[in-house]
Amino acid sequence: MTETSGYNTVPQTKTDQAENLGLKIMTETGSSIPLLGADSLECTRDDRLLFNGLSFELMTGEVLQVEGANGSGKTSLLRILSGLRQADEGDVCWMGEKISLAREDYYANMIYIGHLPCIKNDLTTLENIRSLLDTRSQAVSIDKIEKVLTRVGLEGFDDVAGKALSSGQRRRVLLAFLLLAQARLWILDEPLTALDVEGVDLVESMIVEHRNAGGSVIFTTHHGMQLPCEMRLVHLGQ
Amino acid sequence: MIKAFFYLLLRDLRLAFRSRHELANPLIFFVLVVSLFPLATTPSSELLREMAPGVIWVSALLSVLLSLDRLFKQDYEDGSLDQLMLSPNPLVILVLAKVSAHWLLTGLPLVLIAPLLGMFMYIPDEALGALVISLLLGTPVLSLVGAIGVSLTVAVNRGGVLLSLIILPLYIPVLIFGANAVDVASDGMSVRGQMLFLGAVLSLALSLAPLATAQALRITAAR
Repeated sequence: MTETSGYNTVPQTKTDQAENLGLKIMTETGSSIPLLGADSLECTRDDRLLFNGLSFELMTGEVLQVEGANGSGKTSLLRILSGLRQADEGDVCWMGEKISLAREDYYANMIYIGHLPCIKNDLTTLENIRSLLDTRSQAVSIDKIEKVLTRVGLEGFDDVAGKALSSGQRRRVLLAFLLLAQARLWILDEPLTALDVEGVDLVESMIVEHRNAGGSVIFTTHHGMQLPCEMRLVHLGQ
Repeated sequence: MIKAFFYLLLRDLRLAFRSRHELANPLIFFVLVVSLFPLATTPSSELLREMAPGVIWVSALLSVLLSLDRLFKQDYEDGSLDQLMLSPNPLVILVLAKVSAHWLLTGLPLVLIAPLLGMFMYIPDEALGALVISLLLGTPVLSLVGAIGVSLTVAVNRGGVLLSLIILPLYIPVLIFGANAVDVASDGMSVRGQMLFLGAVLSLALSLAPLATAQALRITAAR
């Protein structure tokens, strides 16, 4: 019955998120400009073509899974979408504008979480979350952080140093950051890595909730993820 | 934006104070190298006084060079660097915060201990001021320029040699004018020219190096 305890906090967080996201999103639903658009992207790595002519559009409230075998370029694609990597050909557009031009607005509204933990060994959980939020210039009250830490199953870990956390717990710190950052678009590279069954449920419920609040998600995973909502697929490789 | 600068600066300072052994390394290296010279050469006051500006400046330069590695290494390895690049704040500001923290942790302690080492090396009292000011103007340049080299080599395994090759040529003007200022001051002459040059180099580095570093980091991230 761990699931039920996990869902206890759901309604609250949901309204929180809806409040924060709601206003912006309401103005958007009428228009047909995609939140994120990929236009004939091409990516090569060490002279090997990973993909070319890849185009798709992600609308507000859509969930998109990128699938493909190991080495098919999923991480490269997500890094290109986040602007960390340059596509060899093609453009990525945020609300109709190239991300290189809309950088500030895009990064204020997008969170990318990759393979690496982003956790400092010598900082406590609370300090780690704070410093991640600080680089985004987001001030969040301690109560809110505590609430989210409870939600991700790290209650009482706020004063524990990063080096004392297990890899699963580190991922959970990032999930807390994800919830607190209030971005409209989540780009998640293998969000289920190192998480236990309960953690997988948590990520699934987070994604569904984010979508219901009007956010969008792009993710990759090798684990089966059953989302009780519509999901689009982009398949890489032959 | 200003807040993001200070928060990142404070985070780096806090991290450094939590692993103090690393914090003391550049300073210990600096003191050791300078104090070994009188042992290895004839410890006559004239000879030491003659060598002092060069010895102190070279030791300071190497000490900064050795500490550069930690500027971006950890952030690169744990993924924090990606998050810095995905910040809505300009990357240049965040780079400047990291470099400032690096200087406060390595350059500033060297500047503070330098007068003591100067006295070990028989630098006349009237030249100690020139030593401190030349280091005060020169060491930030070492951190700023070093950051460009580190951002290019952070993804390279054991990039230490490469790093030295890239940035040592850029360090040389600072070394020449810094050591020369102390030398000239020991002879009781005016060091205005040297100080103005160091000041000019510092303004140049302060305005351009963070831009170059930010760009180099983006190239590194696009691996």
